[in-house]
Amino acid sequence: MARGSHDVLIVGGGGAGLRAAIAVLEAEPRLDVAIVSKVYPMRSHTVSAEGGAAAVIASGDSLEEHAHDTIAGGDWLCDQDAVEAFVKEAPEELLRLEHWGCPWSREPDGHVAVRPFGGMKQMRTWYAADKTGFHLLHTLFQTSLKYDRITRYDEWFVTKLLVDDGRTVGVVALELASGRIEAITAKAVILATGGCGRVFPFTTNANIKTGDGMALAYRAGAPLKDMEFVQYHPTGLPFTGILITEAARAEGGWLVNKDGYRYLQDYDLGKPEPTPVLKSMELGPRDRLSQAFVKEAEKGRTIDSPYGQVVYLDLRHLGEAVIAAKLPMVRELCLDYENLDPVKELIPVRPVVHYMMGGVHTDIDGTTPLAGLYAAGEVACVSINGANRLGSNSLPECLVFGARAGRAAAAFAAGAAGPASAEHAQERDERRGLERLRRRDGGQEPISAIREEMQETMEDGAGIYRSADSMTKAADKLRELQERFRSARVSDHSRTFNTELIAALELSCMLDVAEAIVFSASRREESRGAHQRTDFPARDDDHYLAHSLVHRDAAASPTVEYSPVTITRWPPAERVYGR
Amino acid sequence: MADRITLQVTRYLPEDSARPTSRDYEIPLRKDWSILDGLNHIKDHVDGTLSYRWSCRMGICGSCGMTVNGEPKLACATFLADYAPGPVRVEPLNNFPVIRDLVVEIGDFLEKLSAVKPWIIREDEEPVDGEYLQTPAELAEYKQFSMCINCMLCYSACPVYGLEPGFIGPAAIALAQRYNLDSRDQGSHERLDVLSTDEGVWDCTFVGECTRACPKHVDPAGAIQRYKPTAVTETLKAFLLPRGKR
Repeated sequence: MARGSHDVLIVGGGGAGLRAAIAVLEAEPRLDVAIVSKVYPMRSHTVSAEGGAAAVIASGDSLEEHAHDTIAGGDWLCDQDAVEAFVKEAPEELLRLEHWGCPWSREPDGHVAVRPFGGMKQMRTWYAADKTGFHLLHTLFQTSLKYDRITRYDEWFVTKLLVDDGRTVGVVALELASGRIEAITAKAVILATGGCGRVFPFTTNANIKTGDGMALAYRAGAPLKDMEFVQYHPTGLPFTGILITEAARAEGGWLVNKDGYRYLQDYDLGKPEPTPVLKSMELGPRDRLSQAFVKEAEKGRTIDSPYGQVVYLDLRHLGEAVIAAKLPMVRELCLDYENLDPVKELIPVRPVVHYMMGGVHTDIDGTTPLAGLYAAGEVACVSINGANRLGSNSLPECLVFGARAGRAAAAFAAGAAGPASAEHAQERDERRGLERLRRRDGGQEPISAIREEMQETMEDGAGIYRSADSMTKAADKLRELQERFRSARVSDHSRTFNTELIAALELSCMLDVAEAIVFSASRREESRGAHQRTDFPARDDDHYLAHSLVHRDAAASPTVEYSPVTITRWPPAERVYGR
Repeated sequence: MADRITLQVTRYLPEDSARPTSRDYEIPLRKDWSILDGLNHIKDHVDGTLSYRWSCRMGICGSCGMTVNGEPKLACATFLADYAPGPVRVEPLNNFPVIRDLVVEIGDFLEKLSAVKPWIIREDEEPVDGEYLQTPAELAEYKQFSMCINCMLCYSACPVYGLEPGFIGPAAIALAQRYNLDSRDQGSHERLDVLSTDEGVWDCTFVGECTRACPKHVDPAGAIQRYKPTAVTETLKAFLLPRGKR
């Protein structure tokens, strides 16, 4: 099939993108699909997911309980129709991965094994030791290789969505190896680029998580939803931000302060028991655990480290056999990056930016308000995650909504005419802009300086706790950084694998996404889930049981509006953990 | 421990020069810095034109393979302090065409990976309900070979691949075995054509460098050795038996 024009074009080759690509061909085998990714698909950040993937399979579990845990975990900001579809389809999707060869950990009788996870009332998290995302990604990637109607554009960076008369008709992309810039047209485009953790200084996210897809959609006029909800995972390794999976606590790990005290008992999360209790203490939700850390630090009960305050994750009582069988990667990471052995030593950890609940506004089929544009996975906000995602819901989300977006895009593409040629002017403009940036002479400061300042600004202004004051300062600083970015220095003028040019384009995406986060957060005058305002400490269902939708108008300044949350069977209630 | 260390980094930009050169960068020597942290320091604070791949910085995405003091390594899982007082040579992986600086072209591997059909092949339909049962022992049969992160260190280490670029190579063979040994798979005869040729397992001279280079403790050399008798038996069966009975 001809390169340059496709039926469905997918931006991103991680869990959601690969699942979408296969779903398109399952639905419409005659279509042709392109996957355009700035990295080889098996490098995608899905690879780093560790602990597992939630889906109801065990006897005694029920779809209702998975739905309720998800909705309560999301502080009632989840759309309940979407959650119901999600929990119903999650087992089908994980079984499909099983049929495709995913090496799920097993029970002695050969059935898939499940483990506990934070905020989940039943054991329902499927796992492949603690490299679940790695195995899931490689299974999907290797399975995708059997489809000869998938064309891959590996290491192509998408710089712009082509929009013609209100319809998405393709992308402009830059091939890293050669530097050439091309329009790739398509009848439908699916964004599956993942999150934007690199907007913050301390994150579990890989270097590639720069919010590209969010920025592409936002610039094309599609709204971003619930961007104020940024998840801090409670257990990141200091300095690197590398994630220590929640599975470490699910297998029985304890969080202790400088006195060896399991401090979570002081934060309405239950009583300490020697073995893990579901939805209690260390198995509470991530937002509450990260907030407890901040309070504990304020009391002076955390530990000083060269990289800020930390607490300890204690796995020693689990013993070497359990750690080797269930948490081999945790041990590997601790040995490599902290030079310590969790079998014998305490692991220093602190909260770390991990996941964006918000993203490109979609409906339950991944459809965005922009015709021909779809989104799935972390880049999207359906929303099943509400104000706080539960651990092990994101991998099945990639699969369920990747497949849904794939099917919806396939149906659209099968019935749509090919794009007209009006996009050529946009392509020319984009090419000219990119060439100008590459050849830019002089310039004030390096890309990295602006990036670092943006990251510090976000941590200070829109971290675990925010206020009107902190966010006003952050918004002002971000405006200044946008201005300074326009004259930033690009010292690499070459075409061949110009990673400085890519870093500049990524920074530009991150600045737009950062502004959307701060803007949405400053408008939500309540505390809910991961969005905690010191000046508005209570949840306010009367005014804010609603999704925020941030748009960028023609003058490039954002505006926000609200849309109602879909409530089906679970009216808003108190979130209860450990009691 | 001295507080500075020198990285001697290979620079190559085909637009500018026909040959690679080496450039010295003196950087801070911090005890928790990986080679990758050192390169990032150069990129962000010294020379923005240096190009290399990296992403997860936790040894799982496989992007940052390079040659460190002559050995193939993941830059993110190799630490400066282990090379003190230096200098440390940082070069692109061996046996691959270099695109620029430390970035190599790995398209050849992607083609070879596809050629070994790294997916579950079934003669029957998928079960309508539930999972294929697989005991922990059956999982253990292939699990090790499923740990490959495609980082290319084994191809860089492999003397055969260096001499005969047609050789399918350690990772692709290990991944073929990952499926051949999976109790859910019935496709080993379909992989035979690729694996049992001269450019398949028979090219391997069992030097074992691949297994030593692997950062994830996969044993590609073991996979290859283990496949050789299978290849003989399967080839004989293919020769002697009608297709249905294989």
